[in-house]
Amino acid sequence: MNFDRIKEKLEILADAAKYDVSCASSGSTRKNKNKGLGNSSGMGICHSYTEDGRCVSLLKILLTNHCIFDCAYCVTRKSNDIKRAAFKVQEVVDLTIQFYRRNYIEGLFLSSGIFKNPDTTMERLVQVAKKLREEENFNGYIHLKSIPGASDELMREAGLYADRLSVNIEIPTEQGLKQLAPDKNREDFIKPMRKVKQEIQLYRSEKKKFRHTPVYAPAGQSTQMIIGATGESDAQIMYTSAYFYKQFRMKRVYYSGYIPISYDPRLPMIGTEVPMMRENRLYQTDWLLRFYGFDIRELLNKEHPNLDMDIDPKLSWALRNLSFFPIDINTADKQWLARIPGVGMKSVHKILTGRKHQTIRWHDLQKMGIAMNRAKYFIHCPGTPYDFKDRTSSQIKGLILGHTTSKYHKTYNGQLNLFENATTSLTLSS
Amino acid sequence: MLLKYDFTFEGLLTAVFMMYDEKIKDLQLLRPEQSQPSLFSDMEYIITDDSKASRVWKGIAKKGGVRTQQLLYRVFLSELPQMEALILSFLRVFFQTQGTVVKNPAHPLTSKLLEIQKMIGREKHRMDAFVRFMQTKEGWYVATIAPDFNVLPLNVTHFKNRYADQHWLLYDVKRNYGFFYDQEKVQEVQLALESTAPLTHHIKTFCLSEEETRFQELWKLYFDSTNITSRKNMKLHLQHVPKRYWKYLTEKQPILKK
Repeated sequence: MNFDRIKEKLEILADAAKYDVSCASSGSTRKNKNKGLGNSSGMGICHSYTEDGRCVSLLKILLTNHCIFDCAYCVTRKSNDIKRAAFKVQEVVDLTIQFYRRNYIEGLFLSSGIFKNPDTTMERLVQVAKKLREEENFNGYIHLKSIPGASDELMREAGLYADRLSVNIEIPTEQGLKQLAPDKNREDFIKPMRKVKQEIQLYRSEKKKFRHTPVYAPAGQSTQMIIGATGESDAQIMYTSAYFYKQFRMKRVYYSGYIPISYDPRLPMIGTEVPMMRENRLYQTDWLLRFYGFDIRELLNKEHPNLDMDIDPKLSWALRNLSFFPIDINTADKQWLARIPGVGMKSVHKILTGRKHQTIRWHDLQKMGIAMNRAKYFIHCPGTPYDFKDRTSSQIKGLILGHTTSKYHKTYNGQLNLFENATTSLTLSS
Repeated sequence: MLLKYDFTFEGLLTAVFMMYDEKIKDLQLLRPEQSQPSLFSDMEYIITDDSKASRVWKGIAKKGGVRTQQLLYRVFLSELPQMEALILSFLRVFFQTQGTVVKNPAHPLTSKLLEIQKMIGREKHRMDAFVRFMQTKEGWYVATIAPDFNVLPLNVTHFKNRYADQHWLLYDVKRNYGFFYDQEKVQEVQLALESTAPLTHHIKTFCLSEEETRFQELWKLYFDSTNITSRKNMKLHLQHVPKRYWKYLTEKQPILKK
């Protein structure tokens, strides 16, 4: 191995791959076989965390950052003047194995710029995965990027070696995509996604008939959207997301706050703050849809096209629907317990099992780890020191915000100041 | 009554057996290194008896299943000062209620045990994640750890399933024992060292394979390149990787030049 050359490539190609946020290494069923290397049947493991607080679970690299496309939002776009590099197939295989053996990683996340054409690129990615599985008997996690426009045959092959496949739709709206990536169209993203979905369904039905059906992408597929690059609303993002969850049975949709990397006038200026708070609220909404039984229309609609930044989406929904509260902890159904602000699904489970044995009282709730500062305004249970009065939603919101300090406080201040400036300028002009 | 036991899990179960067999009401257990708090209280040693221990172990399984067994074993591994007292009082209630108490997470004893189990689970998971193997000249993969709780026995299956085709040694330098896997089976081992503290240093200085430091450099480089500076969030970083774990992490070490 030529370490110096590898070092140079690794630096360039890891740097270029870091904007892909997916780091999941869970959900696969691949077990160690024939005393080979690796096992990805358990839960995902984050082996380290970078200084930005994101987890490092997979060796996330591009095969190459040469690209024939010129998407404005992307660092590796053709017109960007940066150093280019390309790994050989064997180099990626060696790096993955060596890192895996030292317990640095759970596996490989391989993506690539598109060189020559989509099929050549996809073929090369599949080669890496194939080599790892067949020559190295590697049973760790492999996440391959589906290259937009790749053929169905290649997508079928990719799923036989990879645990997860993903295509990033990147821009939530079709109109935004036209603006920022004129040479790409939505259909190219959809095509491999549809194929993977069909193959997964086929695998599931075949599996029932034949026990030895070769496993196909056991950890499913995911996608990613860039947030805050094209001025889209939260509703637009989440409706698109809900569509992908439903139509393509996505395991995950990731939201990635746009990090300014270009002076392109179509995009936010370099130095613009990354919308991390917004990203967080979108993930919270995503969770409410997938695990809490909320419908997207309850959370975002014509009257409320954007999420509140200062409070979480569940609290925000509860404040708009005070008539459903208070909820009785000892009698309410699971789905209603899940709707109480400050109560997570784990606490719901604890309440359900706990109340089979005894009446749940106020101090029991505190011990379960429920965020009582929020929950107390919405529940009813014996032993409560809180005096339940008819309060308006703005009173409750004020009380809750008065008692919480957020790590994002800085961000609200920025927004509030902006607002104040706007009102002053309005008064001046009138 | 104050009794001294050998600080093994079997010893603890033997004590439980005696508590019922000899109808001891106020049993308190001391570890070998603990001195006797009062000069005049009676003091006896518990002789660990595997058959007695196994009767208690089966009794626990009968009323509470494997999950209760696992819960108690994990709490034992915590080595917390009040661990014995907690397990004894829990088991009294457990047998009294025919095992139902374990199903009630709101019961104060159960909730305390669950809380400790969670701490253990977290530490075990951190070790799965933060162990960094170094390759030795023999081609073995060696890692030293010093976990807050004695979780190493819980990690063994994970590493055995994962690294089935390589020799590895996981060594707890704090408790001076470890597990060695030779591609066939896992064995508990104890290295004959006068002091265990410099073991990691010894390995790094004398035992590493030719290429080991080069791969460490590559990993460190990868770790730095994958960071997004404009999203820097040290508070979150430290929450995920508290400083006490940095000593394990290759990416947090200065590179040793050979």
